[in-house]
Amino acid sequence: MSQVAELLPLYNYWITIFLMISGLYIVVARGNMVKKLVGLSLFQTSVYLLYLSPGKILGGTPPIIAEGFEVYSAPLPHVLILTAIVVGVATLALGLALIVRINEAFGTIEEDELFDRDDDDA
Amino acid sequence: MVLLTLMAAVTLGIIRVRNLFAVVVLSSIYSFLMASVMIVLDAVDVAMTEASVGAGISTVLMLGTLYLTKTSETVPVHTPALPLFVALGTGVALVYGTFGLPPFGAADTPLHTHVGASYLANSVAETGIPNIVTSVLASYRGYDTLGETTVIFTAGIGVLLLLKRLARASRNG
Amino acid sequence: MRLDVIVRVTTKFFLPFMLLFALYVQLHGDFGPGGGFQAGVITAATVILYAIIFGLAPTMRLVPPIVVESMVPLGVLIFLGVGIAGFVTGDNYLNYSHLAHDQVHGQELGVMLVEAGVLVTVCGTMIAIFYTFADRGRS
Repeated sequence: MSQVAELLPLYNYWITIFLMISGLYIVVARGNMVKKLVGLSLFQTSVYLLYLSPGKILGGTPPIIAEGFEVYSAPLPHVLILTAIVVGVATLALGLALIVRINEAFGTIEEDELFDRDDDDA
Repeated sequence: MVLLTLMAAVTLGIIRVRNLFAVVVLSSIYSFLMASVMIVLDAVDVAMTEASVGAGISTVLMLGTLYLTKTSETVPVHTPALPLFVALGTGVALVYGTFGLPPFGAADTPLHTHVGASYLANSVAETGIPNIVTSVLASYRGYDTLGETTVIFTAGIGVLLLLKRLARASRNG
Repeated sequence: MRLDVIVRVTTKFFLPFMLLFALYVQLHGDFGPGGGFQAGVITAATVILYAIIFGLAPTMRLVPPIVVESMVPLGVLIFLGVGIAGFVTGDNYLNYSHLAHDQVHGQELGVMLVEAGVLVTVCGTMIAIFYTFADRGRS
């Protein structure tokens, strides 16, 4: 039982890793472009979770200085992840615009059909 | 952490479901659950940004793309053996790495003692702003925010270049 | 009775409160969670909700695409301008210490201007991207 008690704090890191590998699996294995982008955003959000988890102190508060609170959770990862979220949505918007143009040029957004049609043209 | 288990279940749904409209709705649910988890982890600024950006703007843009393309995915023809092996191998290596991490919620890790502690101590005295995240984002690390604003600007310019229609008459571009 | 009457009336109640909330989040970014990015996205969401409920043409009359497309570089210019102001009055680029009569007020002024610049760029970009996607679909 002591081994279970030792492993239990690592549970949320393991869920984070599960989210990460499922995002990776969607990007690699599925052929539909929109689903690949959804998998990529899944991967990115799980990385945010991986950055934020070590910053929390049990019994701390959010990092806003106020009277009566002494222990604050670390503010540095919050700043980095804020930037990362906005950059992620910028990348998503550009990727979706590219998908729309690919659909207009080739008529499909499935990766296998795209390779066939590109080989026929070239 | 019940929320994290819910997120894992939503992720399994995103992998298996083939109707893309349902995938977009599931990813919006996933963003909301992620924002709730971030509040539990004391990251309130990040949670607000993730909720508004991930569950709002992302969903709207993906629905717009689905409107312009099609809404369901075809059956994959290749067996997923090799991607599954690659993903699981990466997962095993990462799980091996988590055994070296400090225990969850400890207060004496290097993250809390070096630069972070100096920001927490000096921010109100030097900048007069109680919200440490805003003061670090806008004043101590202002260059990063300048770069991020430039990235948003570039993405907006890129989308406008790719998709904007110049005139009503011409449809060749 | 058309089926979307409830949605229209409810949205007309919501929209001013959403704008007020965006303004609150922007100005109270120093004292609570918030700041430029969140406020920019909430403002863009207000305009997008108006476009979804009432149609794209009334929205384009209300917030013309020229205004939105010129908001996108304007925020970056504000940010760069604050940096240059720090360069001119003080010692380093993006150092806000000498913008006002003492250091604390200078920092607060600099942070407020920078967050305003971020709001303008984020809001403009999100609305411009939505306009582009929605306009492509109409033939």
